[in-house]
Amino acid sequence: MTKQLWKGNEAVAEAAIRAGCEAYFGYPITPQTELLEYMSWRMPQVGRVFLQAESEVGAINMVYGAACAGRRVMSSSSSPGVSLMMEGLSYIAASDVPAVLVNVMRGGPGLGNIHPAQSDYFQAVKFGGHGDYHPIVLAPASVQEAIELTALSFDLAEKYRHVVIEVLDGSIGQMMEPAEMPEMQPVRLERPAWALTGATERPKNVISSIRIDSEGLEAHNLHLQDKLAHIRGCEVRYKEYWLDDADLVLVAYGTAGRIALSAIRQARAEGLRVGLLRPVTLYPFPTERLARLAKQAQAFLVVEMSAGQMLEDVRLAVEGRAPVRFYGRMGGAVPMPDEIFEVVRGLCYALRPPKPSGNGHHPARRPQPEDPGPQGAD
Amino acid sequence: MTDMQETVVFQRPETLEDTYTNYCPGCTHGTIHRLIAEVIDELGIRERTIGVAPVGCSVFIYNYQNVDFAVAAHGRAPAMATGIKRVQPDKVVFTYQGDGDLAAIGTNEILHAASRGENITVIFVNNATYGMTGGQMAPTTLPGQKTTSSPSGRDVEIQGWPMRVAELLAPLPGVSYSVRRSIHDPRHINNAKKAIRTAFRAQLDGMGLALVEILSACPTNWHLTPVAALEWLAKHMLPYYPVGDYKISEGLQ
Amino acid sequence: MNKQTEIIVSGFGGQGALFAGQLLAYAGMDEGKHVTWIPSYGPEIRGGTAHCITIISDEEIGSPFVRRPAAAIVLNQPSLEKYGPLVRPGGVLIIGGAFGEEHVSRSDIREIRVPAQEIANALGNTRLANVVCLGALLAATKVLPLEALERALANHLPERHRHLLPANKEALRRGAIFVPDQELAA
Repeated sequence: MTKQLWKGNEAVAEAAIRAGCEAYFGYPITPQTELLEYMSWRMPQVGRVFLQAESEVGAINMVYGAACAGRRVMSSSSSPGVSLMMEGLSYIAASDVPAVLVNVMRGGPGLGNIHPAQSDYFQAVKFGGHGDYHPIVLAPASVQEAIELTALSFDLAEKYRHVVIEVLDGSIGQMMEPAEMPEMQPVRLERPAWALTGATERPKNVISSIRIDSEGLEAHNLHLQDKLAHIRGCEVRYKEYWLDDADLVLVAYGTAGRIALSAIRQARAEGLRVGLLRPVTLYPFPTERLARLAKQAQAFLVVEMSAGQMLEDVRLAVEGRAPVRFYGRMGGAVPMPDEIFEVVRGLCYALRPPKPSGNGHHPARRPQPEDPGPQGAD
Repeated sequence: MTDMQETVVFQRPETLEDTYTNYCPGCTHGTIHRLIAEVIDELGIRERTIGVAPVGCSVFIYNYQNVDFAVAAHGRAPAMATGIKRVQPDKVVFTYQGDGDLAAIGTNEILHAASRGENITVIFVNNATYGMTGGQMAPTTLPGQKTTSSPSGRDVEIQGWPMRVAELLAPLPGVSYSVRRSIHDPRHINNAKKAIRTAFRAQLDGMGLALVEILSACPTNWHLTPVAALEWLAKHMLPYYPVGDYKISEGLQ
Repeated sequence: MNKQTEIIVSGFGGQGALFAGQLLAYAGMDEGKHVTWIPSYGPEIRGGTAHCITIISDEEIGSPFVRRPAAAIVLNQPSLEKYGPLVRPGGVLIIGGAFGEEHVSRSDIREIRVPAQEIANALGNTRLANVVCLGALLAATKVLPLEALERALANHLPERHRHLLPANKEALRRGAIFVPDQELAA
């Protein structure tokens, strides 16, 4: 397969179709609309279901219905629309049915704006709906990764009979990059035993999120928590860059992660010992990896396009063993590499004050290790 | 010498589970459940029927019907039924919804399912109150009717007018069938069953959304005996909610 | 040439700024480079000023955004005012028309004013000004060979504009030859 230039939103749509997505229900909202528009012609072309719902509330409940029928099904939206879907997501999570939602995040709160943001981290990772659950949350940083994680979303959703949210920020939805699309997978024809397909030669199936007695509901919650513990044990994914000798570890995901990478390259060129941990799964979070890094690194810098949401999870992982600083932009503003670089340089100098040299203010250059490229844990 | 022969004249439909119900004495949900079960049996569609339960007293309908069932979020049954039906158009999908579920929190979902002509059957049970939460004012509560949230009686100047759903949906082109029935006496019960059968037949013929609104009694929250509740229904609900056919598509005549 | 070249293309909606940036990305990709293309999006692309950033690099691209690009093509005055001052020292600014005469030229970058509109009109299609500017950009930056962009045009020109391929190629060429060879000029 050769690479083609794909727009993020359209790449996710095509990747979902190739992963065997049988039904899509959605509602227009910028900056995810190209995903819905792509689905509107492409799904009928391959004989699958596309329906534009009356609202995001309608869309997520159509997803819930099709998921109950044992179909690979998805929706997509952007922040304000995803807020409307929280009710449905709670029901889906409670019902142990698989579903995939893509959130192309934009600036908030409120109507906010259509520019890229990462301010829905809490909503996605800490369950924006009611009750005790966490969706699995995946965060690509490139169009290629968005394609791969879309396919993975369906696999994980089915493996765990759970909600998977893929969070792109608006820029990954809107940008074009060369990417390779996987082969078309055949649609799976056999339906899971639990699916609502009509009680033909079997007892009836019921999919419900109501458990009226507290013992029953607690038992169900324990089952959900067991499932999440298993997910935390098996599904953590992240990428590492230059961490071997890093004094300062940046933690950033999605677009913020790749912008941080640019800043780190600049810092490395100045001999500063800086590395990057880029979480690919936001839930489960790479807590253990960060805890190990906390023994090695002298400080952490979290970079987000938010007021500092993932920051809390990094602090929980580091457990006070090292200072955790934050740099973020909000409201659709994107941090530029030079901004991050200045913060990085300031922190590095605080950690290792530059020795006075000939011209008095330039740090001594150290030999640089070769760019190790991304090192995944997946 | 007698030649005794037993003839079955009455039995539990296969679609109706042999179990106790959670409904209050005199509640008419049970009657409506039975009518649906009889119709499903008679049409021979039990093994390919999927029900969608509402939030409200009848959330447990899945305990009483021997068909596949999903339980929707409050008001969202038509959207959920849309998802189920769109991915398997060969199945028979129906929602069972109360007045709060369908006519308050779920108006958007029912209107748009109707507007799209979703090929589903909707059984809409109107008892003029919120039963499960203890008798609050519903969108269908009558003018002057006292409830726990309209203790002086519904004041239309403040709370507006009750909604007539069968009439509201009838003009939509996507609706194949929209009628109102009642279950306060045997004659009306028989007519309700016929309407339920027609509403399922409309789906089998692929004609679009079919709705049967059924006036139903809630003795507990009306603070009446079961018999008095049926009389109250006939006396007070029927004038505001006339039993009648508001839309019957040509093919269903 | 740096390992990475960032190019901003900016103009009024309808001037083809976004498409010009996409062509660069296609051409870069076909040349085996890493590329990103990111647009401004939303209401502003429907009539207001629209811009995009294309990055062409020899290595995996980090940030798809840039504060100070290596090069910019500006197709109208607001774009000149916004991006003219941002081009990195040593970079290239292509000014695609006779607007902004009062603009004070920078001495730390190479500024090239191209009569793109006139050249496009001479080719019989006023909407080719963006491609004229692309030709000038390639000649001035050498970020990609002209042939790579010709191939991108051949492969990615929308079907309804396919008959304009020869005119597009000519626009590219005329933009390129408009730029004096820097070494010779110096």
